[in-house]
Amino acid sequence: MKIDHLSSFNFGAVDLDPALFLETAASRLAAGGRALAYFALPEGTAHRLVMAVGFDRESRVEVYSALFTGPLRALTPSFPQLHLFEREIWEQSGLKPEGHPWLKPIRFNTPGAVPGVADYFTVHGSQVHEVAVGPVHAGVIEPGHFRFQCHGERVFHLEIMLGYQHRGVEKRFIGGPDKRSLHYAETLAGDTTAGHAWAYCGAVEALSGVNVPPRAQALRGVMLELERLANHTGDLGALAGDVAYLPTASFCGRLRGDFLNMTALVCGNRFGRSMFKPGGAAFDLDDALLKELLLRLERTYRDVENAVSLLWDTGSVCDRFESTGTVSKEAAEGLGLVGPAARASGVGLDTRRNFPYGPYENFTLSVSGSGDVYSRAYVRWLEIQKSVELVRGWLENLPAGPVEAACGQLRPDSAAISLIEGWRGQICHFAVTGPDGKLRHYKVVDPSFHNWQGLAMALRGGEISDFPLCNKSFNLSYCGRDL
Amino acid sequence: MEIIKPLSQYLAVMLLSPLLLGIINRVKALFAGRRGQPLLQLYFDLHKLLAKTPVYSRTTTWAFKAGPVIGVSAMVTILAVLPFAGRPSFLSFEGDFIFIIYLLGLARFATVLAALDTGSAFEGMGASREMQFAVFAEPAFFLGLTALARVTGQTSLAGMFGALTGDTWRVAAPVLALLTASFFIVLLAENSRVPADDPNTHLELTMIHEVMVLDHSGPELAYILYGASLKLWVFGSLIGCMVLPRHSGSWATDCGLFLLVMAAVAAAVGVVESAMGRLRLTKVPYMLITAFAFSALALIFQMGR
Repeated sequence: MKIDHLSSFNFGAVDLDPALFLETAASRLAAGGRALAYFALPEGTAHRLVMAVGFDRESRVEVYSALFTGPLRALTPSFPQLHLFEREIWEQSGLKPEGHPWLKPIRFNTPGAVPGVADYFTVHGSQVHEVAVGPVHAGVIEPGHFRFQCHGERVFHLEIMLGYQHRGVEKRFIGGPDKRSLHYAETLAGDTTAGHAWAYCGAVEALSGVNVPPRAQALRGVMLELERLANHTGDLGALAGDVAYLPTASFCGRLRGDFLNMTALVCGNRFGRSMFKPGGAAFDLDDALLKELLLRLERTYRDVENAVSLLWDTGSVCDRFESTGTVSKEAAEGLGLVGPAARASGVGLDTRRNFPYGPYENFTLSVSGSGDVYSRAYVRWLEIQKSVELVRGWLENLPAGPVEAACGQLRPDSAAISLIEGWRGQICHFAVTGPDGKLRHYKVVDPSFHNWQGLAMALRGGEISDFPLCNKSFNLSYCGRDL
Repeated sequence: MEIIKPLSQYLAVMLLSPLLLGIINRVKALFAGRRGQPLLQLYFDLHKLLAKTPVYSRTTTWAFKAGPVIGVSAMVTILAVLPFAGRPSFLSFEGDFIFIIYLLGLARFATVLAALDTGSAFEGMGASREMQFAVFAEPAFFLGLTALARVTGQTSLAGMFGALTGDTWRVAAPVLALLTASFFIVLLAENSRVPADDPNTHLELTMIHEVMVLDHSGPELAYILYGASLKLWVFGSLIGCMVLPRHSGSWATDCGLFLLVMAAVAAAVGVVESAMGRLRLTKVPYMLITAFAFSALALIFQMGR
């Protein structure tokens, strides 16, 4: 059934017969749909499968559901983008997708499961060797286990095994919303505070039918774009650091901090915590603060421009970035990649354009097409320019009026989908309420959930020494994927 | 009392070589707009490491412990042959340039053996890379020294650099310039500097030299770090002797100038590291082949002169 994102719909109306559900799902995906979410929610002793399909070009979202008691037919062989979704369904509900090519746990949260202990894909041959990296790494990063099947320096296959960061945070939303729900949303992935907080607020607002005032929408836009600016700048610096190019690496590290400090100026927290609340924004800007923000924005942007253009002007850096870790457009579409990683492969998907929300209108998207590390870096630079333009526009023409509307009770037996373009890509929150108007189920799909497989593909046939650079060019979240 | 000067030269190298890394890091910090670590950081690190108790993995054998010791001993031995400011050290003989190439090879062999001894996938990968690049670096270096022997008509390092004067530069500038360039590229590669390697990275999968010494700790790590600084001095001083042909006649002036040139070489390494990114691993051989081509060209020019 076609629904609108960020507005509630009757959850009972999307019910289908199980056989028809699988058939419909397959035909909609074959028609160019992209799975936004696919999950099981418990209903008595059975499980209800829910799939949300997005059609990017038509800005169309469809939701289907069906009650299952036994095994189901895996759709992964035809639609690789469902690969991780079906494994998740199997792990969380016990419904076995028959014919899934690589059925194994993804978060190891069932009794007796130990993270990382599973069968791995292996390649055999006299000169093939295996390199295992992690879960404890040399840098200050999250835990994850990476297994490379190599022939000399060349990678045949990379298997990424995560799950070490699983907290069970989705479950904590059930029975809410309560005082803690928003804070759980803010910490779904720490560097995407604004993105996830907005997605959560969007879902709650849709379910309670409140309209967010324009001033609050613009302020939210500022926070989200500042988050994007900080992370993209940090990423470009980290990419430069990985190829030992010092100037950009050092300057971008500081400039990332400047953007974070601008966020702190608005709400008192460098990562934008406590800024969002269902119904609006928690903090308003006065004229002095507006001026200060604009001033800092221009100053910081000028420095970023200087630091980043060094990258494109330095032959050795460009040579290192170009044709490293290429993900073809076919692979990106097949795996359902989102965000800068998808746009770097030439996929025209940006939630701000395809599924507009809040203050975004007539958004034009930045695509840089060859799918290598260079494209993933360059698309970030294009987005930095775009974000600065947006923030400047909002700050200069901030709509007058209140920043908050009262958010009432949630509609019972309803559901809502909220799609937000976080800096890593599309964030999808799917909220379902029970008859009492409390959250009965809450599903979070972080962009990393889609994109980790893209990283594995980027390495295929490449050099193992390119892994850190490719990894940095995706810069995915471990906890956002493990939840 | 003729032993006093070589001996004080020898001790000066032993004492001053860790300073080169300090200079490189300072130059890099300057380019990056940072204040940078203290100039004497390596001395502090060595002091700290020497006081620590090493930790050994159960899979390692004597080869693991021997690696750092052989590595640093080889470097200390090379110093006895290595000229300082174009003046001989106390051990110098005909054909000693072949001797130092073999000592460098021995140090590499011991390090690689120690790395393989750990049985770690990372260290094995590093060892394989180290050997792969040595295949290209060693001929370039050897051929370069051969060309220099032809230019000067000497076969000991001290003899070669002793015979090198401003006049030699005037008549054989292309040959000497090519050799200097070749030695500089070899210096970058052999001392795991950018663009061949990245001494600052923490990413094991991209490392060449650093990954081979990950398991070493305590005094043995200190030997490795110290050995690396001596190795940097060895290559740096060859370049220093090239670009600063003797001689004012005064030992003190020569030595003072030479130390300044060594600082300049370190600064040049720092500038290179700041101004460019690292090459992808598959392209490092191309850089070393360029060094080889420079050496070969120098030899050909010299033969035809």
